[in-house]
Amino acid sequence: MMAETVTIAGHGGDRIAAYFARPLGPGPYPAVVVVHHMPGWDEATKGITLRFASRGYAAICPHLHYREGGGSSPDDAAAAVRARGGVPDERFLGDAAGAIDYLRSLPYCSGKVGAIGYCSGGRQVFLAACSLPLDAAVDCYGGFVAESPPEGMPLRMAPVIDRAADLRCPLLGLFGAEDSHPAPAETRRTAEILEQHRKAFEFHTFPGAGHGFFATDRPSYRVEAANQGWQRVFDWFGRHLASA
Amino acid sequence: MCSHAIEKTSVTGSGKGTKGWFSLSTACVCFDHPYFTPLERTLNIDFIDEASGPEARVAVELSPDSARALMRSIQLALEAG
Repeated sequence: MMAETVTIAGHGGDRIAAYFARPLGPGPYPAVVVVHHMPGWDEATKGITLRFASRGYAAICPHLHYREGGGSSPDDAAAAVRARGGVPDERFLGDAAGAIDYLRSLPYCSGKVGAIGYCSGGRQVFLAACSLPLDAAVDCYGGFVAESPPEGMPLRMAPVIDRAADLRCPLLGLFGAEDSHPAPAETRRTAEILEQHRKAFEFHTFPGAGHGFFATDRPSYRVEAANQGWQRVFDWFGRHLASA
Repeated sequence: MCSHAIEKTSVTGSGKGTKGWFSLSTACVCFDHPYFTPLERTLNIDFIDEASGPEARVAVELSPDSARALMRSIQLALEAG
């Protein structure tokens, strides 16, 4: 496999950086867009991108904070985004669409493309799954999908559950029972609405895990939940991104 | 809480970052995920100059208890002066 930083066309045709990893064979390979968490385009998320490549996927992680700090460290770029109230949803969707187009243009890509996101990226993946041509999606503990944000929060974090009727692909949700954003009550509410719309989805809530249980570089890491979660992820993508 | 919910306040003063001293324009304060500190949430303060780009930043991530202690220390120092 190999990995490199590439440039892709994002929202509005903006050129943004993306971390890209793939197996070295001729393919065809399914592909995955990895949506980084709020702390930014960091080493941990690049490691997740590598993990997908090692399992036979072409994987790309667009730098969603590139415009604010493409030449800076990920934490400085994330802080600049935070100071401006976060990434606007429409800009994220444009960047994600650019990443999907990039993957589908590759001669060794099977054409099947999924997306996975963590933390704020989980909410963004839900949004992408309702708006973009994806074949499967995974939301890892994305908050404010169904829950209205507390008073005073930026409008950019508005809930996205009102788009549930437009969900275009099977959705896997992986959550922690001890998480407060999203709390189990919120994920149950999301599940109820998806059921009302007869959407294909599976939600799993892991006991003893809170927010960020996949993050191996943080104290929130929970090895049992993370290992089971990874099995769920690869099973999900294995089923829904397999070539016909 | 993945929220990007921040309190911003204009400040007058200077900070020392990776490239030396610079004038500050703003302090951004939030209680959210840290980048480096091994806690789920920290009180994060970025002292920045927005006009000078993302690297014009002095950052701290504090546990809730130490943030409250810092508030008291700042208040006491100002009153003593």
